[in-house]
Amino acid sequence: MVPLWMFLAVAAGVFCIGAYGVLSRRNAVAILMGVELMLNAVNINLIAFWRYVEPLNMAGQAFAAFVFVIAAAEAAVGLAIIISVYRSRRSVIVEDVDMLKW
Amino acid sequence: MFELNAQSIAFILFALFSLGGALGVVTTRNLIHATLYLILSLFGAAGFFVLLSAPFMAAVQVLVYIGAIAILIVFAVMLTRSMTRLSDIYNSQWLLSAIVAGLLFVLLLVGVILPVWGVNGTQAGREVSSIVTTTVDLGKALVDQNQYVLPFEVASLLLTAAMIGAIVVARDDKE
Repeated sequence: MVPLWMFLAVAAGVFCIGAYGVLSRRNAVAILMGVELMLNAVNINLIAFWRYVEPLNMAGQAFAAFVFVIAAAEAAVGLAIIISVYRSRRSVIVEDVDMLKW
Repeated sequence: MFELNAQSIAFILFALFSLGGALGVVTTRNLIHATLYLILSLFGAAGFFVLLSAPFMAAVQVLVYIGAIAILIVFAVMLTRSMTRLSDIYNSQWLLSAIVAGLLFVLLLVGVILPVWGVNGTQAGREVSSIVTTTVDLGKALVDQNQYVLPFEVASLLLTAAMIGAIVVARDDKE
């Protein structure tokens, strides 16, 4: 079997690439794609730990299922907000949405 | 330690999909290409779930993440086309973010993953059990009153609230 740390290393890599995408992109939809990558990496971690450490307890898979649900809800609401901002500001560059700045 | 059988070849293939797709998401300028790279990365994760004896999670990943969330992102990309195509894709702090992300990955790998689960780690001699619970057990756990029925119901409430919220926020109220 593939050792556990290889799964964890791939998940950590995807997480860090997603974090770089969130921190450095200017387009709001691209930032949301980075957030989805990070949640995906968390799911890989959860299922890997479930399989290798405690495969008889359903907590790992149930946790991952709830992360799926929350990621879907957050993607829907986030994209609705982005579309609404685009409708009123004609731009999805996050640096242009600065009306609350002092 | 690492013998070359079909499982490890599949692992390497899915790892290439996941990491290559993730790199494609953060480096490409065209957002439709970025969404396709995201789909590739999510498909790699679904392959991981199959390797980890969680076929229900793999199916849910393909159906929900790829089939719903990625398609929603494609819709949002098409609805928010920017007029100018010559803008930069990175903001002014991209180098600092790259350094921070790289440092985080090295810290995770060297500080957490390898000392505990690596070849010489503290949990290295742990036996991997070949008895796993199945999808039937997951289904029973999600409706069992002593296990996860309450988060299950709260999750469905959350999805309803998110759906109503998304419709209200994105609604065009010019009429």
